Amino acid sequence: MITEIILDSDLLETKFRPLETSLSADAVLVESERCYYCYDAPCVAACPTDIDIPGFIRALAIGQPSRAADRILQANPLGASCSRVCPVETLCEQACVRQHENGGPVPIGQLQKFAMKKLSTRNDLSSNSRISGAGTKVAVVGAGPAGMTAATLLAQAGFTVDVFESQAVPGGLNESGIAAYKMLDDAAQWEASRVLSHPGIHLHTGMALGKKLFLSQLCEDYAGVLLALGLQGQQKMQIPGEELQGVFSAVPYIARMRRQEPVPVGQRVVVIGGGMTAIDIAVQVRLLGAEEVHICYRRGPEAMGASLHEQMLAKEQGVFIHHYLRPVSIAGRDGTCERICLQPTQVLNDQLQDVGDPLTWSVDQVFVAIGQQLQATRWASDIPELAVNLRGKIQVDGEARTSLEGVWAAGDCASMSEDLTVHAVADAKVAVASMMATLAKAARKTA
Amino acid sequence: MKPDLTSEFLGIHSPNPFWLASAPPTDRAINVDRAFQAGWGGVVWKTLGIDPPVVNVNGPRYGFWQGDNHRVQGFSNIELISDRPIAINLKEIAEIKKRWPDRAMVVSVMFPLEDAIWAEWLPLIEATGADGIELNLGCPHGMSERGMGSAMGQAPELVEAVTRLAKQHTRLPVIVKLTPNVTDITWSAAAAYAGGADAVSLINTINSIVGVDLDQMAPLPTVDGRGTHGGYCGPAVKPIALNMVAEIARNPQFGHLPISGIGGITHWRDAAEFMALGATNVQVCTAVMLYGFRIIDELTEGLQTWMQEKNYSRLGDFTGQAITNVVDWNLLNLNYVSKANIDEGRCIGCGRCHIACEDTSHQAIGRVVDSGRYRVRAEDCVGCNLCLAVCPVDDCIRMEQMTSGTDPRTGLEIASEAANWNQHPNNPLNHIAARSGIGKEE
Repeated sequence: MITEIILDSDLLETKFRPLETSLSADAVLVESERCYYCYDAPCVAACPTDIDIPGFIRALAIGQPSRAADRILQANPLGASCSRVCPVETLCEQACVRQHENGGPVPIGQLQKFAMKKLSTRNDLSSNSRISGAGTKVAVVGAGPAGMTAATLLAQAGFTVDVFESQAVPGGLNESGIAAYKMLDDAAQWEASRVLSHPGIHLHTGMALGKKLFLSQLCEDYAGVLLALGLQGQQKMQIPGEELQGVFSAVPYIARMRRQEPVPVGQRVVVIGGGMTAIDIAVQVRLLGAEEVHICYRRGPEAMGASLHEQMLAKEQGVFIHHYLRPVSIAGRDGTCERICLQPTQVLNDQLQDVGDPLTWSVDQVFVAIGQQLQATRWASDIPELAVNLRGKIQVDGEARTSLEGVWAAGDCASMSEDLTVHAVADAKVAVASMMATLAKAARKTA
Repeated sequence: MKPDLTSEFLGIHSPNPFWLASAPPTDRAINVDRAFQAGWGGVVWKTLGIDPPVVNVNGPRYGFWQGDNHRVQGFSNIELISDRPIAINLKEIAEIKKRWPDRAMVVSVMFPLEDAIWAEWLPLIEATGADGIELNLGCPHGMSERGMGSAMGQAPELVEAVTRLAKQHTRLPVIVKLTPNVTDITWSAAAAYAGGADAVSLINTINSIVGVDLDQMAPLPTVDGRGTHGGYCGPAVKPIALNMVAEIARNPQFGHLPISGIGGITHWRDAAEFMALGATNVQVCTAVMLYGFRIIDELTEGLQTWMQEKNYSRLGDFTGQAITNVVDWNLLNLNYVSKANIDEGRCIGCGRCHIACEDTSHQAIGRVVDSGRYRVRAEDCVGCNLCLAVCPVDDCIRMEQMTSGTDPRTGLEIASEAANWNQHPNNPLNHIAARSGIGKEE
């Protein structure tokens, strides 16, 4: 049975709020005083964006959470969303020197979340900026994590930044692709509007590359262009029955849900995939009333993109996680999916092999969460010189430069690292540093 | 057999050496009764003054400095002496002493330097059955402005005079409680001794402003927008008190005066330290104000456990045992060489020792490239102990004595015999002595 659901504020509070973990002000004091204030701290080394973690925790311990937030933002303009979605247990907290002590690592993610909530409302993004950009116009395509970060850093450096976003609202996957229970209190929009409120940033929504906006034109109009457009296409399973009603790509489904559009929720649900998105969709439909939710992943637990913490969370919510199962086909009646056929697998010498007989489960909803793809041909046809690599992403060098002069790329559209918000931020920092160095050199030449 | 905790101080017997100091916990019969039920060995009753009684502020009396996890490290008060009529206090003292004859009952007093007052009241105190008198010469606020408390305690001639006055009017032993708000505590002790004191107790609280309310721009505790200096106590003052106790205990003239040790005692170990430095018993206040009278169990059982481990059967076995090891700097052995050693198995790689040594000491600690742990270079280590102070891991860094070979830092051979500054060639006095022939043996 399929139920239509609108994820309104009542449902958010009753179903999703209980999943939120946060520290009280008292607990923040206790936990922040547990930080040893390491020198050359391993947690900082483990953070892709180099947040001064001991520094911001020290500000918390002395009772200045908004200064802690400022300190976080100096390294990572998206400190708020990162505190909500970062798999800290595999990053900073794993590196914490107290990892193996009683009480475990300092809860850096929770402390960061607390600090970011205490960010003062004054907009000081333009303060103490270096004016190296001096009004030079640059373009950022995409207002997701990478684009917002780059726009912030460029605007702070004095550039005039035009940000082009294909959707009606900024935020990218933070807004549309991440489970609603991680972004309660409109956290993604709050952050996006704060970041993009810099007077040097001009946001243009509803501007998709390849439709109203062309890369060749951008290259002519702007001193530098940063592509941060994420991945638009949904990876397909390439199996029979994928087109049946009841089979959904996870990310667009989450986007609709986040936009409070009606979405169908089934009773027996299978999720194909092993990443964060698979967990996000599984937990959400489970909380919204699905009786059984099964995540099927073709490899073992260690190969899953979802962190152990995420896997635990899903299990606590009653989601079943099955390893070594790959989808073979989906069958239906009257165009609606009814059964999924799954083939048990094993990994032998790093090779995935089928083993044993296929299983058939009855389902009324299947989610596909096996990744996204670039689809460059749709938006870069005017500049065929833009090189795409074997993994189907924009080819970039170590400084995030594309094959086109004056064009950089960052975030999921180019990144070879895990598709985490924090990596998008880190990539954008690299791209901006390179862009600024290149533009400064060019400015010196013309002067 | 369990070690014997019974204590004797100036002939006053108590089941253990833990007394409550003259302070809010000993203000009234109801408190003292609860303390004795809990097991405290004795009390020094909250200081009595002559009528009319003093008046306390009706706002906050206490200010505090909290360390990790809200634990109070330093505590400051602006409370005065007993604010009740003296007759009520005497009645309660008599009742309590009668109910608890085996516990020590000492009465603290603060009277002006007028013979008639001491002549009138000391016999009445004696009549309560109290075991002794303590002279409050230390209270740093409120009373000092009236010429009493630390105003007396800071002037050695007044200490002597008031001690003599007290001794003239009572047969009870007189303990002189000393204020730490002086340049040299031995001057006060010498004056008390000269006045005929039977014992000294120390320290009273330290003049302090425990903090400033930066919104009201006023010291803490703040009473209607203003504050005043208070008396500082709690764990933070213990090191100051230990030094003052030791200075008196090792003094050749009056070092034999019995000492009641006071100052930040919270755990049994604190008490043992005071006693090792020469205190016969100890007095506690702040710790019970923060945790209640029940801590007496930890104090007695903890001390007993330690004594058992050390094979001490009675308090006298360790009392004063550390006194002779407290010496002036110029008597320390300059031939003693120790080096820090980091247990790399325990090291968690926090880098605290490295940055402390690198920035502010002798650049003797480096990171081991492969492991990310830290290691001491003996050729640079001066053995200063700073790394131990900052290391968050128990037993990770140890100071290890070099007993033979060459100190890689100085290139000098480790000497087997001790040598101090008085014998050191760099000591200018030695050159003068050598030139003038002073100290040369015939």
